[in-house]
Amino acid sequence: MSTTEKQNLWYVSNFEALERSLNGEAASYVHALRKAAFDKLSQTGFPTTKDEEWKYTDVSSLAKTAFKPILSPKKPSLAIEPYLLGHPEWNRLVFVNGHFLMELSDLRSLPKSVIMGSLAEAMKSHPKLIEEYLTACSRYEQNAFTALNTAFIQDGAFVYVPKGTIIEQPLHLLFISSLEEGEFVSHPRNVIIVGESSQVAILESYVSPREHLSYFTNAVTEISVGENAVVEYDKFQNESMAAYHIASTYVRQQRNSNYASNLVTFGAKLSRNNVFAVLDGEGIECTLNGLYLGTANQHIDNHTTIDHAKPHCNSFEVYKGILDGKSKGVFNGKIIVRKDAQKTDAKQTNKNLVLSDEASIDTKPQLEIFANDVKCTHGATIGQLDREAIFYLQSRGLSKEDARDMLIHAFAKDLIDRIKSEGVRTNLEQLIYERLRAGRVNTRT
Amino acid sequence: MLEIINLHAGIDGKEILKGIDLKVGKGEVHAIMGPNGSGKSTLAQVLAGRDSYEVTEGSVIYEGKDLLELDPEERARAGVFMAFQYPVEIPGVSNTYFLKSALNAIRKHRGQEELDAVEFLSLVKQRAKMVDMDEELLSRPVNHGFSGGEKKRNEIFQMAVLEPKLAILDETDSGLDIDALRTVAAGVNKLRSKDNAVIVVTHYQRLLNYIIPDYVHVLLDGRIVRSGGKELALELEQKGYDWLRETAEVTA
Repeated sequence: MSTTEKQNLWYVSNFEALERSLNGEAASYVHALRKAAFDKLSQTGFPTTKDEEWKYTDVSSLAKTAFKPILSPKKPSLAIEPYLLGHPEWNRLVFVNGHFLMELSDLRSLPKSVIMGSLAEAMKSHPKLIEEYLTACSRYEQNAFTALNTAFIQDGAFVYVPKGTIIEQPLHLLFISSLEEGEFVSHPRNVIIVGESSQVAILESYVSPREHLSYFTNAVTEISVGENAVVEYDKFQNESMAAYHIASTYVRQQRNSNYASNLVTFGAKLSRNNVFAVLDGEGIECTLNGLYLGTANQHIDNHTTIDHAKPHCNSFEVYKGILDGKSKGVFNGKIIVRKDAQKTDAKQTNKNLVLSDEASIDTKPQLEIFANDVKCTHGATIGQLDREAIFYLQSRGLSKEDARDMLIHAFAKDLIDRIKSEGVRTNLEQLIYERLRAGRVNTRT
Repeated sequence: MLEIINLHAGIDGKEILKGIDLKVGKGEVHAIMGPNGSGKSTLAQVLAGRDSYEVTEGSVIYEGKDLLELDPEERARAGVFMAFQYPVEIPGVSNTYFLKSALNAIRKHRGQEELDAVEFLSLVKQRAKMVDMDEELLSRPVNHGFSGGEKKRNEIFQMAVLEPKLAILDETDSGLDIDALRTVAAGVNKLRSKDNAVIVVTHYQRLLNYIIPDYVHVLLDGRIVRSGGKELALELEQKGYDWLRETAEVTA
């Protein structure tokens, strides 16, 4: 048996355990999909740093850790209020270790026409929608972690917003990881369908009450954005500092739709966000923003792909990183402009503030342009705090620490201000500032 | 208020100030003039506490304290203010937010209560009017996208809000048109009192038509080579710096 096979044993035994736990469901559409994805993963295994897409992110320790599956929900004793961002009134789905818990969720002000619940439930109650949308945007053949997630599809969020529905308050999808013992894995699979001319804001958050718990979250979210629909998708990742977090968000936009996402990354020892957006119609606007705060030994990787398939679409992308301690950031932004996608306007920016000598960032724009009448710009910066500016602020009476804080906040604020949902913005802003202050304390000691 | 004794300072091992002696008393306005490279700005920067300059000899006593021992923010809190020759742009930080934090840091140090938003806003509006500054600039990021004149005016505006005891204007007049120069000078004049002092560092005599100094000092090659009353500035205007350079060489 080769080393690779030994390393991969954990998901093989996990899959066997999953199959044993499925009573009479083995012949379903979903299970056929699981098996196909599992077979694909068994062939390819996990990526290594020899793969171009994983050059700067080494997942070998993740491959070697024997993560245990959590096959059924357990009711934990934990308080969820700290994770509601001060908005307990938002409709929410709460998942603990990958499983939906109705007793922690709240859907009381949801419009009647909207379907919002667990994927496990939707697989039984809405099999047609599941068949149509479960893999509508994702391609597990192209990504080992999406294959892993697909092989273990059990639960996640299912949101269906029918045509012409405006939802005023954000919908909150809350994923909590908490167990006495670590080394477990969850594979949340989220399916979001937004119908024609509808509008919704969704916040996905990943948290853990245990700062040093080791576990692995391997999430996939699929978002279908209907014609003329407006979707804001915000993600707040604040996993334990010993966790692995790998997540792929697949977006498919129909004509004249507007999709804007803001990914805020705080936590995890190693994290990777993949965003794949396909602009599959004319007149689309797609905005992908991200803010990542690295400290200690964190490794934070953001990969984005924007696929301009049709003419007259705009995409805007701003990712900003603040890296302290020995943290390492990776940004890779790919923009594809297909032959038919004339009059594309694509702007990409990645800015990094590196606060310590030992922190680092690898940043790479990747443009693949096959059309000839397009506007594509990209830029990346890596900088330190401006010493002139610190002196200027000090000379007006601010302490050096306060001057630094003010400049770091200013760097982050620009991105925070891009979050449109006010409730999400103000609360995330507060959390970001608290985290930056805490980071300052850490680096001083 | 301020006593500079035999001050030697430089940057990267190169000596720029070669023994400055200067006494500034309460209520006085001192002009320091000199050609480019004479060390005028170095003197201003050393007084404000920029750490890229190294003081190799001498001392600076401010209100009985060793000024050189203090961090830049401690100097500011003790009432020292320098208007920058090149004000720094700080994108993302609004002028009012910045100034409120600064003023409250200073007030806290002085044992005064911090101002709340309403009190601060009324103070700021009143001072903006005093230096004829467009209120629209208050909500903009500090100096970001400001014209040269707006930046200089913003320095004087900050001075008006922070009410320093010792203000050092580092070539605040350079590059200003006559209207901007007049407003800047008028702002400084309104802030003059028997309790505070002003050091005006300038290359040109022109500013001194509007801010009338009590004393004029000429700095040449890191030394004060001549001190006198306001008429010295006029003499310089007529004769140029070379006249003093020759005399300085003779006396040296």
